[in-house]
Amino acid sequence: MFDLTGKTALVTGASGGIGGAIARALHRQGATVTLSGTRAEALEALKAELGERTHVIAARMDDPAEIDRLAKEAEAAMGKLDILVNNAGITRDNISMRMKDEEWEKVLQVNLTGTFRLTRAAMRGMMKRRFGRVINITSIVGVTGNPGQANYAAAKAGLIGMSKSLAQELASRAITVNCVAPGFIATPMTDVLTDDQKKGILARVPADRLGTPEEIAAGVVYLASDEAAYVTGQTLHINGGMAMI
Amino acid sequence: MSDIAERVKKIVVEHLGVEAAQVKEDAKFIDDLGADSLDTVELVMAFEEEFGIEIPDDAAEKIQTVGDAIGFIKSNAK
Repeated sequence: MFDLTGKTALVTGASGGIGGAIARALHRQGATVTLSGTRAEALEALKAELGERTHVIAARMDDPAEIDRLAKEAEAAMGKLDILVNNAGITRDNISMRMKDEEWEKVLQVNLTGTFRLTRAAMRGMMKRRFGRVINITSIVGVTGNPGQANYAAAKAGLIGMSKSLAQELASRAITVNCVAPGFIATPMTDVLTDDQKKGILARVPADRLGTPEEIAAGVVYLASDEAAYVTGQTLHINGGMAMI
Repeated sequence: MSDIAERVKKIVVEHLGVEAAQVKEDAKFIDDLGADSLDTVELVMAFEEEFGIEIPDDAAEKIQTVGDAIGFIKSNAK
């Protein structure tokens, strides 16, 4: 089950905790993987760890030209693009009263607009080949909201609506578009939380622990697989029961 | 390059699964040949490949009939 031999995947934000785990998992299932992100050193380190069937293309998701270049170079490096995992994301947390326009715009630009642009660029080849998997990493807060994250929650909710629309446009071409919505996962992004904050979060998680990046990656592998061909427009929540939607 | 029309019609027949007789120059892809909006995008992609040209989005939007496609390609093909 879930064999990805012969498939090719592009993972954005692959220098991060969840992105790295996704890239490792896709690679382990047999896929050729292109790692993208802004931190070239971390990407090269992951490439060295994974070995064969791995490419690195650094790119910024806030620059349209870079995004187009990324799509082109990834297709050129791997010969085709079957699986696109839009995982790149940033936070600029602030209570709304204090949130600056730049903080709002930057988060929307990278997390939502960048994802749309890259997906649009990747669609052409997928349509031609009558196969594609687009997996957008959203967040529980895109559905539940979170104080201090109006920008991030808006962008992540936007991804869900965008994915449902793309799913309907592309379903007849055997391209599926789905979201994975992590809850609180142990990564550098959550490491910065204080112990009190973590305690407060865990009080709301029936599983009574943070999730692992590998648990998110497993959901991505499923949605990328041939077995998930009939699943589209869905959001897979992986959150230890924190929200049941 | 009189075979451009024939090559265009062949792509349309193959892509939309219609009878060659239906593919007249004034036939509209969507209204007459049963294409959906994605089909029209794919036809443009197929024309680009067949004739080695680039059809910009604003030009692609104006290609609504078989004749429109032939006309555009005739004036832009190498």
